[in-house]
Amino acid sequence: MCSRSANCGRQNSTGQSQPVKGPAKWALQCAALLCFLAIVSGASASSFAGGPSSTPSIFNPASTPAHDIYHLSLFVIAICLGIFLVVFSLIVYAAVKFRARVSDDGREPPQIYGSNQVELAWTVIPILIVVVLFLAAARVIHAVEDARFPADAIEVTAVGHQFWWEFQYPGYGFITANVLHVPVSDPNHPRPTHITLLSADTDHSFWVPQLAGKIDLIPNRKNEMWIDPHDLGTYVGQCAQYCGVEHAKMLLTVDVQSPEEFERWTQQQKSPAMVSDQVAAGRQVFESNACVNCHTVTGTGANGKFGPDLTHLMSRTTIAAGAATNTQDNLRLWVKEPDAIKPGALMPAMQLEERDVDALVAYLMSLQ
Amino acid sequence: MYDAQPMSRPMVVSPERAGSRPLVQVLHDWIVTVDHKKLGVMYFSYGILFLVIGGVEASIMRAQLAVANNHLVSPETFNRLFTMHGTTMIFFAAMPIVFGFANYLMPLMIGARDMAFPRLNAWSFWMSALGGIILYFSFIGGSGLYGAGTAPDVGWFAYAPLTSPAFSVGHSTDYWIIGILVSGFGSIGTALNVLTTILCMRCPGMKLYRMPLFAWMNTVMAVLVLVAIGPLTAAQIMLLIDRYLGGHFFDTQAGGSAVIWMHFFWIFGHPEVYILVLPAFAIVSEVIPVFSRKPIFGYSIMVAATVSIGFISLGVWAHHMFTVGMTSYANAFFVASTAAIAVPTGIKIFNWLGTMWGGKIRYSVAMMFCVGFLCQFLIAGLTGIMLSAAPFDWQLGNSYFVVAHFHYVILGGIVMAVFAGVYYWFPKVTGKMLSETLGKWHFWLFVIGFHLTFDFMHIPGLLGMPRRIYTYDASRGWEIWNLIVSIGVIFQVLGILFWVVNLIITFYKGKKTGNDPWDAWTLEWSTTSPPPDYNFATIPVVRSRRPLWDSKHPEDPDWKYE
Repeated sequence: MCSRSANCGRQNSTGQSQPVKGPAKWALQCAALLCFLAIVSGASASSFAGGPSSTPSIFNPASTPAHDIYHLSLFVIAICLGIFLVVFSLIVYAAVKFRARVSDDGREPPQIYGSNQVELAWTVIPILIVVVLFLAAARVIHAVEDARFPADAIEVTAVGHQFWWEFQYPGYGFITANVLHVPVSDPNHPRPTHITLLSADTDHSFWVPQLAGKIDLIPNRKNEMWIDPHDLGTYVGQCAQYCGVEHAKMLLTVDVQSPEEFERWTQQQKSPAMVSDQVAAGRQVFESNACVNCHTVTGTGANGKFGPDLTHLMSRTTIAAGAATNTQDNLRLWVKEPDAIKPGALMPAMQLEERDVDALVAYLMSLQ
Repeated sequence: MYDAQPMSRPMVVSPERAGSRPLVQVLHDWIVTVDHKKLGVMYFSYGILFLVIGGVEASIMRAQLAVANNHLVSPETFNRLFTMHGTTMIFFAAMPIVFGFANYLMPLMIGARDMAFPRLNAWSFWMSALGGIILYFSFIGGSGLYGAGTAPDVGWFAYAPLTSPAFSVGHSTDYWIIGILVSGFGSIGTALNVLTTILCMRCPGMKLYRMPLFAWMNTVMAVLVLVAIGPLTAAQIMLLIDRYLGGHFFDTQAGGSAVIWMHFFWIFGHPEVYILVLPAFAIVSEVIPVFSRKPIFGYSIMVAATVSIGFISLGVWAHHMFTVGMTSYANAFFVASTAAIAVPTGIKIFNWLGTMWGGKIRYSVAMMFCVGFLCQFLIAGLTGIMLSAAPFDWQLGNSYFVVAHFHYVILGGIVMAVFAGVYYWFPKVTGKMLSETLGKWHFWLFVIGFHLTFDFMHIPGLLGMPRRIYTYDASRGWEIWNLIVSIGVIFQVLGILFWVVNLIITFYKGKKTGNDPWDAWTLEWSTTSPPPDYNFATIPVVRSRRPLWDSKHPEDPDWKYE
């Protein structure tokens, strides 16, 4: 330790010495601490709910990857909180204890240049902490990224579009949109869903916080992720990579069903579109307009791929990637004026006559 | 041996000018100047102008997000706002401000009469200024001649393929590309200048190990600029080739790679964080010792930590890309490198603490900002540690948690240090003391606003709110947090207003102060306030890191111990 005491009175050159503000400093420190605690408590407030929640908190996991991350995050937060409390207390202590007193004699304090022992301590201890954190993170990276799947895992291909989600079920041979249906996975007999992530246009990111961390959907690139939800219900999320005008309304829903329900749903999705003479006029409107350029209705001439598959439109509870509920009024509005629901959506306003809109909506509502 | 009273023999280089001159002549002086002090002030003022513009953009966004399902601005406008806010703050506010400090102080601190290349210095400033003007001209010319103007809307990291002609019609993206390209030339010029000045123009006796830490940290900053701006410039040129010459570097529809753009951008983008934060460290490393009345604790370790931060920062960029589907090995590597950078950064925090320890801390506003910096940068570093754990980042990346984290770094760290620097050096630059009373209003309002905004901004991120969304539904449960975040903005704006008022009032009516109001120890305090054109009448000679301590304490000088 190289230190010395400077026995020299400080020349107070131009009357610049400042009033001591000990209590004010305390207020600052306490405020910062309170805010930090507010973050932690606020964020964990919704972590006791269990099961699907309309607030997709990362502290309320319902699937193995999200669970693994949750446990890692608690560990990392605990370490960081510990470091914070120690270092913050030291800063507060130093800031208050070593303030210049009103009764100060004006002499300079002992001039200390450093200490190799102390430097060594506060180098080695952080290195050890970093090693521990790295090992903890590497373990979860391996567990999530290098997982193996049982033979009966569900295969889904998710394709990101501006600004909606296409879900292909290659094992079943149908395509749906915006709501991903998966069977619940019993932890004793896991049946995970393996998702291949592609993009049709710009970057997107698949993020349903309660089920897994996000992975991007990038054009010209194949990414993968998996989920194995343990609880039935509807999990919400949304696109997490800026993808254009309506990035905010590229919502995402995962419907976790019992195995029987899921099988029933796949059977229904596999069947061709309903045909009904009652809505022939609407079907005529649909097939003789630009609708067919972008949308598919299996069993008809409509086989466009640019927009969502409408074969079983009415089996979905929302339209426009979750921007509106799937009701007659909203369908009508969506056909007439998409910007009223989702300004910037790529669906054009079709400029149909009122009579044709009525017929078209009646046809769409028949696509059970 | 250092001469304590060099100013007793004023050297007349330029004839004394009359008190008041026509405005045109004053403007002409500023425009054609190659003086590092004037350029420093211009860099700084230019940065502040853009800081205010970027702040207005942020305030509009916060107004939009304060409540759920708000319709204050359209999605198109919102996307332009966050693109312009990010681009403005990084390239045209933060960088000019830190360059301003380096420009003004570096020659003064190392006992030189100017920067190594004064004309290059002026050229660099005007290139940076031109870049900002080009970026903002997009509001008029962005859609080309056939439509109303639009600002770019691709986000400040402008991921491909959103920037390709298919997704970005008109010229808004071109303004973004060229504005940054041009300002990048200026940055490279300034970095060369700072580096050469520090390496070649130190006064006699100022060995590298006697330089103020300010000089060391700006050295590493300049090296990082030279290394990091290149890839960005290359990427911008490739993007221009894609857009206009039929190239396919990033054009995914023709087989290009979106991920390559990310690599190019972030191999610039992460060192950029350190390009901004090292000059902030530099300011803090000068202010804390003076107000604690002690030399910096562990000088050589601080230098080593700075250099290692420089090296490590070049190997961490892909932690911005944990979610793009890298292999588990690549992810693990970037976890290790990112977490490793916490070690030298932690050493710095401890050394600043060690400097305060056992001192007699005088709480002027500059020191208050430094203590605020320490606390806030500590939290910023810890949330950075959380994000460095890749799986945690799979959840938090691109969420509001990340937005809160990097604003903690930039506002809670860098801007707080810049405020400290302004209160500390304003008397040197103008010869007048900023009002401590207004300064305390500034400090408290800003700190309260900062914590309301950015502490609470972490929470919606943890609750699943992604960044860059112009609206959200009330059912998500994010509304209350967003409202608090937006309320905090009001306090920050008030704080900034107090600061600007303080600057203006002091500039015109402030009380005169001496050459060395803080009883400081580095060379800039040995000359007059404001310094003459030539800085020093006689070039000083130094024997230690604190030449003014030596002259003030001839019975117990530093050079006996170093």
